[in-house]
Amino acid sequence: MVDWQIDLIKVIFIWVWALLIAVVMTWVERRASAMMQDRLGPNRAGPFGLLQPLADGIKLFTKEDIIPEKARKILFVLGPPLFALPAFSAYAVVPFGDKIVLGGKEIILQVSDVNIGFLYVLALGAIGVYGMVIGGWASNSKYSILGGLRATAQLISYEVPMGLALLTIVLLYGTFSLREMVLLQQGTFLGFLPNWGIFKQPLGFIIFLVAAYAEANRVPFDLPECESELVTGYHTEYGSMRLGLYLFGEYVNLGTLAAITVCLFFGGWSLPYVDMSKFLGPVSYGIASFMVFFLKQAFFLFLFVWVRWTVPRFRYDQLMGLGWKALIPLGLVNLFVTALLVQLTI
Amino acid sequence: MAREIETVCITTGPAEVGDYVTLNIGPIHPAMHGTLRVITKTDGETIISAEPEIGYLHRGVEKLGENLTYKQFLPLTDRLNYCSAICNNVAYELAVEKALGIEVPEKAQLIRTIMMELARIADHEVLVGILGVDLGALTPFFYLIIQREEIYEIFEWHHGARLTNSMGTIGGVEADLPDRFHQKWPKMRDTIRKANDETDRLLTHNRIWMDRTIGVNAFCADDALNWGFTGPMLRACGVKRDLRKDEPYLMYDQFDFEVPTGKHGDVFDRYMIRMLEMEESIKIIDQAYAMYQKLPEDAPLMKKVPKIIKPPEGQIYHAIESPNGELGFFIKSDGTDKPYRIKIRPPCYMVYQAFGELVQGEMISDLIACLSSINVIAGELDR
Repeated sequence: MVDWQIDLIKVIFIWVWALLIAVVMTWVERRASAMMQDRLGPNRAGPFGLLQPLADGIKLFTKEDIIPEKARKILFVLGPPLFALPAFSAYAVVPFGDKIVLGGKEIILQVSDVNIGFLYVLALGAIGVYGMVIGGWASNSKYSILGGLRATAQLISYEVPMGLALLTIVLLYGTFSLREMVLLQQGTFLGFLPNWGIFKQPLGFIIFLVAAYAEANRVPFDLPECESELVTGYHTEYGSMRLGLYLFGEYVNLGTLAAITVCLFFGGWSLPYVDMSKFLGPVSYGIASFMVFFLKQAFFLFLFVWVRWTVPRFRYDQLMGLGWKALIPLGLVNLFVTALLVQLTI
Repeated sequence: MAREIETVCITTGPAEVGDYVTLNIGPIHPAMHGTLRVITKTDGETIISAEPEIGYLHRGVEKLGENLTYKQFLPLTDRLNYCSAICNNVAYELAVEKALGIEVPEKAQLIRTIMMELARIADHEVLVGILGVDLGALTPFFYLIIQREEIYEIFEWHHGARLTNSMGTIGGVEADLPDRFHQKWPKMRDTIRKANDETDRLLTHNRIWMDRTIGVNAFCADDALNWGFTGPMLRACGVKRDLRKDEPYLMYDQFDFEVPTGKHGDVFDRYMIRMLEMEESIKIIDQAYAMYQKLPEDAPLMKKVPKIIKPPEGQIYHAIESPNGELGFFIKSDGTDKPYRIKIRPPCYMVYQAFGELVQGEMISDLIACLSSINVIAGELDR
């Protein structure tokens, strides 16, 4: 196989994978929440209700597409794809496994190892915000505008602590590339702890996780949607597959954030204490590393669901207060201390 | 729990004139329980003024009462506060019985007490659950609503209906406690306590929950009394008034129970009072049930009343402590078989008129929290 064919396969694989995770997540969300709430959840379509997302998809596709008369049509149409597409694109730099050897050719399990790595992820996350803001603005509804405004303020303020948390990671590893970061997290330090980001940067991890929840627009930070106050906020006026894209984009976003968390703080595809490449064949090692990565990602995806059905939601001013008064100062202190330590130890 | 909130009496003046957005919340809105409508003037997220508008569920219940006989009116009382229909039934029955000057047998009184307290638990469970839903915590709602369904099961065994009960009749109750109640109650008491405990652990000390509720639309006792608040809303402000204690009806003076009061009149206090009242209700049911068991099997359930009820000319007012507060029925009789006038005093009407003052200066999210916590039932409000 030539290089472009391999690249194409990788692109298709990662696309299908992202799609599949989002689809299955909608099912997991409903079944897991049902488990937590003494309910059954959707269990009629297919085994364990696994075909429920498909049914939902068909339903959304066949619904009438309504554009409100007084909406700004171009922006209204532009909103949902602008929200969903960046979420998909972010997957391009996620190293979803180490490498696989096929036909004597070493294939790196990552679509592209961009040297600016997660800066690219952050940038795409920032673009995704526009999808919400534009959708809220174009709908020409007061609830949507409020939702859009909340999205602007929330997501922009939470990008700052997220960036600060990530900067400490950059200081630690001296690279922007996600793949190199994962490679640097192999082995142990202090003799017994895995060499993972979470053990070296516990505070950074907490800041990052909180900011990730805010970025993903999930409870307790789901203020732009906020069903009970804003009637689902920025997508109140959307229906049919446009609404579907918003809902779907959210789950793709979750997948990306979970994957980034795993790469930065949980050693990516590597297992602690065990070097899989030593006793597995080149092909099975590739698959195993992908499976390890997937399991770690699945855990964080489940954590998103778990938290959502446990805690209430913040109020707008409390949310901003948490961001600006708690997370950003913490992030700055963390950055300063890390910089100092890195300077002293090198 | 040490809490420092200043409860200040707010004096409302006319809203400032400025460049504000009018946001119309309801009557079709997920958080407007029933068909309520609030027209708010907002500055960003802050509410400058809120004006509640009522009447979307007006069915003319009071007027209908003038054309129905006393017994025929009973099913209409179900449709007032449908979360605790039994309390409405009993309140109406007691009012008519007071007009007739009769007292129902002890056994009927105890059955009424047990059913009313069960209805109170059911009502508070719905309220606490809905408050959670409106603040974004969906899970406790399910824990509580399952218990409510169990309570409805008992209602169904006793008088056949779950939501609109029409329990009892003027002069007593139609049926004895169902046999299955005797096995069910000891078990159910524990499951209700367990569900409440789980809710308590999920919410009460949750930092987000405390931030969202403590100090949110705090209200002082003077204002509350001036507006005519009753029930949990008044008790949350620190006024210890409970008609079950202050003006006992049925056999409430023989039960030993506490009246929980709050201090600040904020959403958290209202929530806590309802949580604590459920526990008190369980205590009352236990005592009433113990008294019930001491009665002979064949004790009468009904007092003999004439087939056609014609209270003597005059007017009568009787109020009970419904889950929401003082629920009163005023009946003016002209000596015929139909009341000359029926007037209902719903507890949430008095609370809802203060709504603008309650939420002024707070944020939109607080408006939703406030509305859930005051438990406005449109059926009772508009009648």
